Amino acid sequence: MSTELYNDGPVVHQPTFIDGHSVEIPELRILDQDGTTYPNADLPDIDQTLATKIYKTLTFHRVFDERMVSSQRQGRLSFYMTALGEEATSVGGAAALKPQDMIMMQYREQGALMFRGFSLKNFMNQLFSNADDLGKGRQMPIHYGSKELNCMTVSSTLATQIPQATGYAYGQKLQGLDAVTICYFGEGAASEGDFHAGLNMAAVQEAPVIFFCRNNGYAISTPAEEQFRGNGIASRGVGYGIKTIRIDGNDILAVLKATQIARAYAVKESKPVLIEAMSYRLGAHSTSDDPSGYRTKEEEAKWQRHDPILRMKNWMLKQNWWDEAQETALLEKYREEVLAAVKVAEVIDKPHIDTMITDVYDVPSAQLQAQLDEVKAHVKKYPEAYPFTAGKF
Amino acid sequence: MAKINLLHAINSALDIAMADNERTVCFGEDVGHFGGVFRATSGLQEKYGKARCFNSPLVEQGIIGFANGLAAQGSVAIAEIQFADYIFPAFDQIVNEAAKFRYRTGNEFNVGKLTIRTPYGGGIAGGLYHSQSPEAYFAHTPGLKVVIPRNPYQAKGLLLASIRDDNPVVFFEPKRLYRASVGEVPEEDYQLPLGKAEVVETGTDITLLAWGAQMEIIEKAAKMASNEGISCEVIDLRTILPWDIETISHSVMKTGRLLISQEAPLTAGFASEIAATIQSECFLHLESPIARVCGLDTPYPLALEKEYVSDHLKVYEAIKKTVNF
Repeated sequence: MSTELYNDGPVVHQPTFIDGHSVEIPELRILDQDGTTYPNADLPDIDQTLATKIYKTLTFHRVFDERMVSSQRQGRLSFYMTALGEEATSVGGAAALKPQDMIMMQYREQGALMFRGFSLKNFMNQLFSNADDLGKGRQMPIHYGSKELNCMTVSSTLATQIPQATGYAYGQKLQGLDAVTICYFGEGAASEGDFHAGLNMAAVQEAPVIFFCRNNGYAISTPAEEQFRGNGIASRGVGYGIKTIRIDGNDILAVLKATQIARAYAVKESKPVLIEAMSYRLGAHSTSDDPSGYRTKEEEAKWQRHDPILRMKNWMLKQNWWDEAQETALLEKYREEVLAAVKVAEVIDKPHIDTMITDVYDVPSAQLQAQLDEVKAHVKKYPEAYPFTAGKF
Repeated sequence: MAKINLLHAINSALDIAMADNERTVCFGEDVGHFGGVFRATSGLQEKYGKARCFNSPLVEQGIIGFANGLAAQGSVAIAEIQFADYIFPAFDQIVNEAAKFRYRTGNEFNVGKLTIRTPYGGGIAGGLYHSQSPEAYFAHTPGLKVVIPRNPYQAKGLLLASIRDDNPVVFFEPKRLYRASVGEVPEEDYQLPLGKAEVVETGTDITLLAWGAQMEIIEKAAKMASNEGISCEVIDLRTILPWDIETISHSVMKTGRLLISQEAPLTAGFASEIAATIQSECFLHLESPIARVCGLDTPYPLALEKEYVSDHLKVYEAIKKTVNF
């Protein structure tokens, strides 16, 4: 059987090399920047209710990012990462899924959580690592997660979630659930060994997982041409025997359409899908980064013109599903809400000192308990050095 | 009770775990129809189907990444790494992911249902990459449990406990003993406690401590010493992390002397952790320096394996030196 596998193509008698770029990969585009849809395009399954929910989520995302960067600049927040210019990939992807589907994020997909209804309070509590944070203040800002909303908690280690998504999806399949796992990652993370591991295992083990790559042109300062020389990430999916599509990641209708089809296929056939969404990281990598050191203003300006939120707004206006008065009112509402939430979250206490040793194991070991007791005695001795915890236990 | 070898004991534990819970899944390289290169998973695919016992592609980081996801989903994931020497490609998935899963998510998610089985240790002419004992690398990782059995009875009871423990466990199997160690093992389901050392032999002059395949070495040395009138208390640590400080310090307070022996290299091996802790817990009871009989600080050699290993003669000499200090 294995020898047949190698011989099922044509045989030649002169050396014939295949060029890596010889396979053309088309890019799905449904919506033009002016808000019109291409005449022959297949529209996704969308009505006014869903469209409005998506548009509001995108708008909220933009406002939230702007406000939180300001908060970081003011020194109220230690760290932040925006998804400027890429909001359609996370929001559109989540909008194509069912609530029981698991979402695994890299870190620039908070839009998926916003679409699922993660509360403003939950976002703020995580960002300010206070006592009410679901993650108990242990991880850096933007490392969100929610069991209730089926959104796996983010970790900093790039691409580790990719083989995990395969395993998670395999578990869903074993249980016979009508559920898939979507796994987001950037084009930089796709260079990690875990990308190879996750995609190959998903193909071989036939796991219903949607691999969603945000190809935004940069991994921090490294441009895509220093990340890979093949035809993007999509060409690799073909090599693993995975059904693959490339889409315009700034086109919300293309994101929605591709993900809707991918979900239906993954559930029905119990097989993986790879989506490569072409986009551009309009903002800095994080609040610790300044992109002016490695790219031009002209390049950024060019991509400003492809703004995914503006594109959807143009479409919504043309559909008569939205108007400027609604837009102004919504922006004002969101700005006020976010600012008010910052003020509430930043004054909530830090987590209790006892949470330092819980959840390392299901039950803290005797050794851990002894170590905590030692720290507590120390804090009591030098209360002025530990203002967050002193006098609070 | 039947007399079976260590491999059969492992196989029996896996069989029970899979029969007991239909969400239990075993996978790894060559684990499927073939039953594993050591035959630990023999017959499981036939009995429970290809969906629950299968071959993975040859990718250790993928095996453990997949296992993390599967366990987070609520399945019972039993992953095999073919040799402990090849666990390092999965180090990131074990140390940064599995071990920190519950902590970093605030217990929103966990991979408590994960067990990683892997054959470890030397003495089989395995050279550099079929002989290593990497337990100390994992002992430095909060969130993991690390377990090593010494015989078939321990192997079955500790593996069943590891599979059912609600924390990720790295379970090292002494491959030198896979067929060499034979003993009475109950056919039914039983568990041995994790985190508890076992006093195998009581004594009064010196405490000898080891784990896994090294246990038979120190037992042999203890017999030689007893012929010279030295009474050794022999202890099997069984769980490396979190380890049983109480049982060890209790014994050392009685004997006043401690010798720790491991297959792994000396520097920063787990014996160092034990020595430092016991020195601190039992300072006023110690009558001699704590002895460590370990592998050399070299890669594991092939031709000079006999000279390299911490065998019973090296342990015997160290016992005499410690008692006569």
